[in-house]
Amino acid sequence: MLIIQILLIIFFLFALIKVVGRFLAGDLTKAGLVWWSLFWIVAAIVVLLPNSTAYFAKLVGIGRGADLVVYVSLAAIFFILFKLMIKIESLNKDITKLTRKIALKDDKDSI
Amino acid sequence: MLFVIVPAYNEAKNIGRVISGLFSQGLQNIIVVDDGSTDQTASIAGAAGAIVLRHEVNRGQGASLQTGNEYALAHGVSAVVHFDADGQFNPVDIAKAFAVMKDKNIEVVLGSRFLDNRSKMPWTKKYIVLPVARLINHLLTGLKLTDVHNGFRILSRTALEKIKISQDRMAHNSEIIKQIKQKKLSYLEYPVEVTYNEYGQGVGGGIRIIWEILQGRLTR
Repeated sequence: MLIIQILLIIFFLFALIKVVGRFLAGDLTKAGLVWWSLFWIVAAIVVLLPNSTAYFAKLVGIGRGADLVVYVSLAAIFFILFKLMIKIESLNKDITKLTRKIALKDDKDSI
Repeated sequence: MLFVIVPAYNEAKNIGRVISGLFSQGLQNIIVVDDGSTDQTASIAGAAGAIVLRHEVNRGQGASLQTGNEYALAHGVSAVVHFDADGQFNPVDIAKAFAVMKDKNIEVVLGSRFLDNRSKMPWTKKYIVLPVARLINHLLTGLKLTDVHNGFRILSRTALEKIKISQDRMAHNSEIIKQIKQKKLSYLEYPVEVTYNEYGQGVGGGIRIIWEILQGRLTR
């Protein structure tokens, strides 16, 4: 086994423990628990059996399984970034709205 | 009724002087929007006789102006003046600009540093930063102005009801200009004096504003 495989597996185990911890603490729903557990387990399988992705890579016309993983991950990360940007912007708008409401709350005419 | 809206963030050093300058010109309804200052801005403004609205957290100049606008609208205002808290404007300009506005029945007056020679500014700002800002602004807003980043403006009640500032930080200036065009409000540029205590927004500030505008276009 390669060192990188060992390191990644340790990291995924750590992530899995965190997922369960969050679920027990009540921050994660049952669906969230299943989704994130599956995510890390699949990630571990891909790391342990790198050739397992080769089948899908061939299917979509990419030479190596590792490349497929990188492409899909990048696309996913940019999508998440985009979602976060929108979310932060809308949070900012909400904070401004609240701040304004508090600033004007002592003044009955403004409400 | 004319309201003067002064957005202020950590301006304890200048705010007292600015408010007494406004009162000395016979202006009465002075609204300071304290934008989450961590210094004595709010108490000094209150002691100086201004109405103080306080943002619990810092939301930016655009957000402060919108808070002031909403307060003014709720209090039967006929026009508001936007006036900076750092003492760079001359309060004498308000009455003159307002008189012209009423006389010509215009909705919006925008202050300009370039229509007379009272304002002394660093040459880099005069010949590099502001001309570039002018060009970019013309491209983004469609309105051709001599001074695009001047915080001095007077809005009539009609204009106030139509203009809604959603750009919380510094891009509100371009946003207001854009809305003047979109809502077909009559406007006029009027010479105002700007005294430079410090450089203000340099090139970095300009780039940040462009970023805010573009981001504002992409999100709602």
